[in-house]
Amino acid sequence: MSDHNYTPSSKFGKWFNDRLPLLTLANHLTDYPTPKNLNYWWTFGGILTFCLITQIITGLVLAMHYIAHADLAFSSVEHIMRDVNYGWLIRYIHANGASMFFLAVYIHIFRSLFYGSYKAPREIIWILGIMIYLLMMAAAFMGYVLPWGQMSFWGATVITNLFSAIPLVGESITTWLWGGYSVDNPTLTRFFTLHYLIPFLILGLVVLHIWALHVPGNNNPVGIDIQKPSKDTVPFHPYIVIKDLFALLLFMIVFAFFVFYSPNILGHADNYIEANPLVTPAHIVPEWYLLPFYAILRSIPDKLLGVVAMLSAIFILAALPWLDTSKVRSAVFRPLYKQFYWILVIDVLILGYVGAMPAEGLYLLIARVATTYYFLHFLLILPILGKIEKTTPLPLSITSPVLGGSADLAMAKNTDIRKEKL
Amino acid sequence: MQRIFKILFFFIVLNTYFVSSISAENTSKLLTTDWSFKGPFGKFDRASLQRGYQVYNEVCASCHSLKYVSYRNLSEKGGPEFSVKEAKAIAASFEITDGPNQDGEMFTRPAKLSDKFVMPYSNEEEAKSANGGAYPPDMSVLVKARAGGADYIYSVLLGYVDPPENIKLDDGVYYNKYMYGNKIKMPKQLSDGLVEYSDGTNATEEQMAKDVTSFLMWTAEPHLEQRHKTGFRAIVYLIILTVLVYFSMKKIWSRVETNV
Repeated sequence: MSDHNYTPSSKFGKWFNDRLPLLTLANHLTDYPTPKNLNYWWTFGGILTFCLITQIITGLVLAMHYIAHADLAFSSVEHIMRDVNYGWLIRYIHANGASMFFLAVYIHIFRSLFYGSYKAPREIIWILGIMIYLLMMAAAFMGYVLPWGQMSFWGATVITNLFSAIPLVGESITTWLWGGYSVDNPTLTRFFTLHYLIPFLILGLVVLHIWALHVPGNNNPVGIDIQKPSKDTVPFHPYIVIKDLFALLLFMIVFAFFVFYSPNILGHADNYIEANPLVTPAHIVPEWYLLPFYAILRSIPDKLLGVVAMLSAIFILAALPWLDTSKVRSAVFRPLYKQFYWILVIDVLILGYVGAMPAEGLYLLIARVATTYYFLHFLLILPILGKIEKTTPLPLSITSPVLGGSADLAMAKNTDIRKEKL
Repeated sequence: MQRIFKILFFFIVLNTYFVSSISAENTSKLLTTDWSFKGPFGKFDRASLQRGYQVYNEVCASCHSLKYVSYRNLSEKGGPEFSVKEAKAIAASFEITDGPNQDGEMFTRPAKLSDKFVMPYSNEEEAKSANGGAYPPDMSVLVKARAGGADYIYSVLLGYVDPPENIKLDDGVYYNKYMYGNKIKMPKQLSDGLVEYSDGTNATEEQMAKDVTSFLMWTAEPHLEQRHKTGFRAIVYLIILTVLVYFSMKKIWSRVETNV
């Protein structure tokens, strides 16, 4: 951003820009050179921004009608669903929006894992991303508590009880979190406050995330640095904007199917039963996006170690840029890493599946194997792999794989079309 | 284009994955019937909802409340669509405690359209003591509060069979094939000809179960029809916009020698 020379054309624009360089910023954002070979997996950044804004806007409207009180929360949600104009739509967008947000963030994270976007010089972007992800989980968990249904109440009880595993001060911390001796009204009101606060913290981190991205620029599918900006990149607007928009629209269609045709399929039926501290549901399950971590938590018989394992599973990601010792970024040129990558994807899906099942018998065994593998992948396989793997030759620039081989045909076709139009 | 299909395919696989991992809780295969409200174009069958209200009123309402539903809802669009006059008459047939008046006294008056459905018991304790310790749940969102939804409610209503020989039931506990844990404190309610439908429909057990379940689906999702209609419009709009944006994208990217 520092090497940007931009002078607004109008006099007022220049006067304003000298005092607050907003126009320089806008110009930087539209001109921002983006690798031209980005594929559709790169569109999820834009999609995630859309998700965050959607959640904030729908959340604001919901907060106008919601009442954070243990006796009134459930009926205020029913009030929203029945009597508020389009309240059902706003609430269903917000509830399913959380799921869509996580769907997108998981794709975004796994895209980064595949193409090595976390490697130098992008470590800070990656760590900011992990912080955003952590805050998202906190926000989602607290948001799920607000309707004060059975799953809300018992989910809150299970998760807050995890803090009691901390030696010596655990019990006191749990009481402090609850604001009492069990999950009750004080817990609900503070969860509401935090649920309102966190999205704005996320928004701030997103700004830093994008800022940090704009320093080195985007990674790309071949994972090599830009050689000649004029040849290898396109300006963000209109090229990336229109492509992101197209992908966003496809995403919105999937989103709309959930909202309009199966709005409750991702939730749990028990959450339409008002919270009752005297009746425990048969299975207490978190929302689907937290299931892999829930499986890790339950796979360890000791409560404290379980909590430690669950948190390590997230925090280990922050160390990833240093655990992965390979100099080559993209998995495209790493034949062995590519295979381990897909094994990890399957491993996480398995963890998610057993997280939804009762923690007993075969499920427990599978959860333990999958948990062990999860940690092995990061702590053992990645550091060794970088040292022993024979990578395939990298192209000289990101345009050379396009210009070489079969892509010639596509180029020829394009020129043909242009000739026809002329 | 092929890449887009790949991503869409990935989406579908992922969706089915997490949907299946959530709805994995299996119950014994539920009964079902031809629900008019299922599917993207599903609508409620007005006559069925009106009959369902009758079943609720004559059979369920003595124990089960509908505390989030108002009498005015009965005449609203997308519901049973009783006429306003009929809904007023229904409301007026219930007594409601109001007050305090100017003298500080509580008084009773006939219910109005703006009132919520009158509850059978004044509090949970009274409800429990009248029902052998079991609390008859509020039915406003009952269909959404049970895995299996409408099919589950329908099945439980029709699921009363003789218990297998190895199961011993306490007094006031009944055996139900579809209830979680198979034990239920509500005795069998429906029997052929229990209510007399004013529209002449034959009141078989299945018919009543279907009608009252449809009615409860409506109380749980009063805006279901509007949701289906809006959803269809929104998705058609999104698809058209997507196609337009796709061609704009192709046009714009044709200036660079890369494919999108």
